[in-house]
Amino acid sequence: MARMEELVESEQAHLRNLPLPTYEKTPWVQGPPASQRRVAIVTTAGLNLRGEQPFRMGAGADYRVIPVSSDTADILMNHVSVNFDRTGFQDDVNIVLPLDRLREMADDGDIESVAAFHYSFMGATDPAMLEPKARELAGMLKEDNVNAVILTPV
Amino acid sequence: MCGLAHFFEDEGIATVLIALVREHAEAIRSPRALWVPFELGRPLGAPNEPAFQRQVLGAALDLLDSKAGPVVLEDFPDDAPGPKAEETTSWVCPVSFGAPDDEDVSRAVLMSRELETLAPWYQVSLDERGRTRVGVSPLNIGDAAQFVASFLDGEPSESPVEGQKLGLALKDACADVLAYYAEAATAQPGQKSGSDVDRWFWSDTVAGQVLRDVRLLGLDSADDTVKFVAAKLILPKTQGG
Repeated sequence: MARMEELVESEQAHLRNLPLPTYEKTPWVQGPPASQRRVAIVTTAGLNLRGEQPFRMGAGADYRVIPVSSDTADILMNHVSVNFDRTGFQDDVNIVLPLDRLREMADDGDIESVAAFHYSFMGATDPAMLEPKARELAGMLKEDNVNAVILTPV
Repeated sequence: MCGLAHFFEDEGIATVLIALVREHAEAIRSPRALWVPFELGRPLGAPNEPAFQRQVLGAALDLLDSKAGPVVLEDFPDDAPGPKAEETTSWVCPVSFGAPDDEDVSRAVLMSRELETLAPWYQVSLDERGRTRVGVSPLNIGDAAQFVASFLDGEPSESPVEGQKLGLALKDACADVLAYYAEAATAQPGQKSGSDVDRWFWSDTVAGQVLRDVRLLGLDSADDTVKFVAAKLILPKTQGG
């Protein structure tokens, strides 16, 4: 479905015309194999814990913290866009925040461990506005000894 | 999303992006990306498919071992299990609202009746799923629905949520109404595509029609937040938004 030609024309036009950032070079961090990685998920699905302030378009590019021990019943999605499927998330949080899969992989030795904290931004945000908070978040990830991040969009 | 990969990697943390729009991943040139041919909103492919989700996650993590970068973009080879988004399945909503027995009843009342009819199914959903997406708005679902419907009689003079602009309160209330209907209608297990549920809500329910009309009214609002929400954040593009 995310093949461009399978989307409705108006959505194709929106995605094709979306202003995208360009970067002079791509940074590249080498490291150990996956089996020696402590992995965190950072999603742009606009997730927050019930009771937290929802994301607001244009109100800054902040993020929400999702402790690994969070009860999935407390995880809400308040992304502003109405142009993606939410029924998958309704049935299974792992569709955007695959913490159960990471736990299984850690148990099987496919990764070293699952981070204590995971994070959500709200994707309909200018990437340039995300940068300060993303760099701040990198410090928190390092404090948690994370050495690999899986990024999941919606 | 792709920009985050640049920032984290620049700070010394390796990243893998699961990309839903290949054209964007190509353009932004994030360090490692796995393009997946899945529906927008479903980066892991399909709900309640742990083996498949694990394949996707495994393929993404494998890219951490790649020495070919910077800029590794690989394609995940398989489609997600289950019906495709655009497919129509045999799914039908288990609830029949029936025709109103009194002609002059307002759509706000009809919407309340729909909510009452859906309530037992919403509870089934809550029991089965153990969670709900409803709750983005601080209003309870009945009040959220009535707030949305009140726009049909003229735009409210103030937001029902203290400290929240009228348009944003409208957006959150619409999101909760849609989530409530979708969860109740899909409480029974079985195959359904996202577009089945979308079509049902936007075409077969009073609530869908109310949201459509509130959106049209909102486009002419003098309140900038209402106008913006009406233009962008109520009706999906698949339904003409």
